[in-house]
Amino acid sequence: MIPALLRIDRRSEEYAGTFTLHLSADDGGALPEFMPGQFNMLYAFGTGEVAISMSGSPTGDKGYVHTVRVHGLATQALGRLREGEQIGVRGPFGQGWPLDQVEDRDLLIIAGGLGLAPLRPLIYSLLNGNWKARRVRIFYGARRPEERLYREELPRWSEVFELRQSVDHADTAWPGHIGVITGPLQMAEVDIQSAMAFICGPEIMMRFCIQALRSKGVAESNIYLSMERNMKCAIGHCGHCQWGPNFICKDGPVFCYRDIQSWFQIRAL
Amino acid sequence: MQESVLQAEDLDLLIQAIRGEGYQLLGPVLRDHAIVYDKVESAADLPRGWTDEQEKGTYRVKRRDDDAYFGYAAGPHSWKKFLQLPRRPVWRAQKGNHGVAITEIVEEAPAMAFLGVRSCELHAIATQDRVFVDDKYRNDSYANRRAKLFMVAVNCTSAAATCFCTSMNTGPEITLPSDLAMTEVIDGEAHYFLIKSGSSRGERVLQQLPVKPAIKDQVQRARNAVERTAQQMARGPRSFDSSDLKALLYRNYESPSWDQVADRCLSCANCTMACPTCFCSTVEDTTDLSGDHAERWERWDSCFTGDFTYISGGSVRADTRSRYRQWMTHKLATWHDQFGRSGCVGCGRCIAWCPVGIDLTEEVARIRELDKS
Repeated sequence: MIPALLRIDRRSEEYAGTFTLHLSADDGGALPEFMPGQFNMLYAFGTGEVAISMSGSPTGDKGYVHTVRVHGLATQALGRLREGEQIGVRGPFGQGWPLDQVEDRDLLIIAGGLGLAPLRPLIYSLLNGNWKARRVRIFYGARRPEERLYREELPRWSEVFELRQSVDHADTAWPGHIGVITGPLQMAEVDIQSAMAFICGPEIMMRFCIQALRSKGVAESNIYLSMERNMKCAIGHCGHCQWGPNFICKDGPVFCYRDIQSWFQIRAL
Repeated sequence: MQESVLQAEDLDLLIQAIRGEGYQLLGPVLRDHAIVYDKVESAADLPRGWTDEQEKGTYRVKRRDDDAYFGYAAGPHSWKKFLQLPRRPVWRAQKGNHGVAITEIVEEAPAMAFLGVRSCELHAIATQDRVFVDDKYRNDSYANRRAKLFMVAVNCTSAAATCFCTSMNTGPEITLPSDLAMTEVIDGEAHYFLIKSGSSRGERVLQQLPVKPAIKDQVQRARNAVERTAQQMARGPRSFDSSDLKALLYRNYESPSWDQVADRCLSCANCTMACPTCFCSTVEDTTDLSGDHAERWERWDSCFTGDFTYISGGSVRADTRSRYRQWMTHKLATWHDQFGRSGCVGCGRCIAWCPVGIDLTEEVARIRELDKS
């Protein structure tokens, strides 16, 4: 399976070392549709491929949006790409968020750091009314106020949904919560009959969020999370992303907590 | 299907008939003090009169006291090296004035014939088929090679000490389809192959051979030879009940036995390279000095390597305990949930080729013992 070559229409810096690429087909043609929560394999010429979540709107425009944090060689090479240049893309892959189940739900969208990126297509789907939940709350935790993603969009989201933000470190100018995101989550009143939680962030953060949700009585079957593992092929052949019996690439990355809770407890799986 | 008898001195006619059908024939040859799989041009290339002695961390070829062509057990090679290539180019990319062009590298798959495929190996190939051909996505390189493959299966009439196919229900008797299936019989002066075809391609080859219909006694001797092999394994120390392995391992992720095996395991990846079902791979992306030409290669990888599970923040399986646990639990337990079958065929290669003599069956027994307490 070879990558399609897409054009970088726009590149924006989220904060130091983290950037967002807007991609489209060279000929302006339509790209394969995707579900919020799915991912693409992004290829930097000669350097390597890396799995990056979809971060753009799944409807409307014809492009893909990806937010990337520079970490290894491949993401460094992706970070050097400029507008007008080409990028290799394979995808979309994997299972997304169960949007067909959000109707009439008290939806809790919980993001930690870069974990907001795979949740943004879902937020767009709710914003544009393609899917309707009864109530939508977004809990977003980041290290610092300036290390939040999509800062120019957050005010708009807070007008439509309830947005609770928390940062680990901030000065007195920060109006929001300081500390881990489980703080605001613990304080939230949750209707356990209709509650449904979608979580993405570092595993330790997801662990504590699940604990908080469970202590409130949210059922395992109403908690979904997005997992990350090393991926080379994205099609279940290379074996790298195995996690117990699951292949993160084809069975995930989004899982229902009910289905994977026993695996989630095992260290170094 | 009526079984026929091919005299041992006519074995070369079988080889030439298969080659005459346009197949590249691959089979057992003696090389570097081991019986390995490579090109075979005539019966003279086969390891006639050779066998092997195997134990934990031990493999030695030695002379047999007869002239058996297939009197050996699983060696260091498995057939997977011809189907899932150890290293292959996937694509080439070229930067030019009008941007980048990526070209998939599609090989003209060779028509191969495997001579001497054991029952456990038929199961191993079927196990890889499930991963590369019958899953949601296809590995075209594998699938195209597999589609053209002609297989001559040979029943095992002797087992190595490391063999445990009877425990994994994969042998020694051939039960899966092949193009031709044979049993070698040496009894006094008699030396012949009981042979039958399992496909029209096999039948076409069989038609070209000076075979005679088998009489009852010849069939019975062949059956007895395979039965003796089964009994030999059933009496051995590596005979065990594998029916509860998935449940056993699923409830023993935190068994202290993982620490014990991690003390000995070198994380060298030999077991995964020798294993006929291990399918993991990685890719290498490179450029030439100009920077305008890039390639992607796929090669075998192993869950025992340090960077196999690397994500930002480090390796998920940072220690040998978690890597051995992953390998063995995948093979014997999670494979069932992934592909509806065990990932182990009981060939014993991982036992013989482990440099420190770790024995998968002993590790299972240890976990079972600790599970009881």
